[in-house]
Amino acid sequence: MCLAIPGKIVEITCKDPLKRSGRVSFGGIVKQINLVFVPEADVERYVLVHAGFAIHTIDEAEALRVFEYLRDLGELAELDPTSP
Amino acid sequence: MKYLDEYRDAGSAHAFSRAIHNITTRDWTLMEVCGGQTHAIAKFGIDTLLPKAVRLVHGPGCPVCVTPVELIDKAGEIAARDGVIFCSFGDMLRVPGSKVDLLSVKARGADVRIVYSPLDALEMARQHPDREVVFFAVGFETTAPVNAMAVYQAHADDVRNFSILVSHVLVPPAMEAILSAPGNRVQGFLAAGHVCTVMGFDEYFPLAEQYGVPIVVTGFEPLDILQGIFMCIRQLEEGRAEVENQYTRSVSQAGNTHAQRVIREVFEVRDRTWRGIGEIPRSGFRLRERFREYDAETRFGLADHRVEEPTECMSGLILQGLKKPVECPAFGGPCTPESPLGATMVSSEGACAAYYRYRRVQAKDAVPDQPLPLST
Ligand code: SF4
Repeated sequence: MCLAIPGKIVEITCKDPLKRSGRVSFGGIVKQINLVFVPEADVERYVLVHAGFAIHTIDEAEALRVFEYLRDLGELAELDPTSP
Repeated sequence: MKYLDEYRDAGSAHAFSRAIHNITTRDWTLMEVCGGQTHAIAKFGIDTLLPKAVRLVHGPGCPVCVTPVELIDKAGEIAARDGVIFCSFGDMLRVPGSKVDLLSVKARGADVRIVYSPLDALEMARQHPDREVVFFAVGFETTAPVNAMAVYQAHADDVRNFSILVSHVLVPPAMEAILSAPGNRVQGFLAAGHVCTVMGFDEYFPLAEQYGVPIVVTGFEPLDILQGIFMCIRQLEEGRAEVENQYTRSVSQAGNTHAQRVIREVFEVRDRTWRGIGEIPRSGFRLRERFREYDAETRFGLADHRVEEPTECMSGLILQGLKKPVECPAFGGPCTPESPLGATMVSSEGACAAYYRYRRVQAKDAVPDQPLPLST
């Protein structure tokens, strides 16, 4: 129910702040999505979409944090002689 | 797909799994709140990557599962009326009410339609001014701004033949209900990422402090969940009980303030009954006075009535993390996704359905301590 999936804005089709909407591509499948909750998001930005609405822009710098975290752990693990 | 596939990488998952094994020295019980996470855990076999000492229990975060029987009955009653087009997300159609589900109401001739967004229902109302279009507004905070916006637009454009049947529930009060229950076993939470996408996570600080539990805001992909578990266990092992954010690419502490503004304008907080759990104070939404004419219960004059749960279903215990689906005697026997006895067997996010779908073979064949290959 709370599923939300990332997609890329390819076009803004309505600029009215109350009805702001655009075309968003989900790996090639393009849908008309309401963008009122992400007034800052423009073409090329990735947004998280739920039930026809973008609910957040995806922070592209933060998106790599999972892997950085893992790399940091890996370095810690190498220092730890008990790790496999 | 970008921002999806990379978080399913098997090598990184196994690296997280090793890291979790390395830091775990004691038994810990964690709860993932959200049904989407439960689904991913079952689908990708994430619990098979964890040390035996780490137990995951599944939380109440499936809005379909916690919608009370009486609301399902009201939905059926409204849908059966002449001139009504009843719109819903697909998951709700097979949820058993006290006598029937929406699918059987539809089979008897009611106009029940599955929509992807409440805006589709609103559009239908514009196209059929002679019909009453009702949308079954089920969901958590993630879905609240979406449903609020549909009402807001109907009001702004004076679309009078549109209404919503509100079944909105809120996550933090449910977490508090679980923590304060006698017999609670949950020592740490993975908070529901997309709920926090909308609401932020300020609400969790008092919970973490008062109950001494770590709360880690966690995403939905396998690596997100594994990292969330790692962060939670690290806190527990170090004796900390803090709020941390794993899902930084989609969650900020303040959340989406535009969405929150629309929610506040349209909805107000109320006490709510959760199916299988009971009433939880201040755990739901209803439409504010100004928008009450869009409330389907008011419009169709439905009286309150109470209905008892079928006794054989133990979904309430499952939703509170006290039992696992396989401990239910009806699981996989009288109760299957084809003929569900309880709502947790209907929605793909319900713990019983997730176990049924992904575990029936694995339960037999699972080799202990040998992680399953991650695949999509
Ligand atoms: S298996 Fe069926 S009867 Fe048992 S708890 Fe789950 S939904 Fe209820």
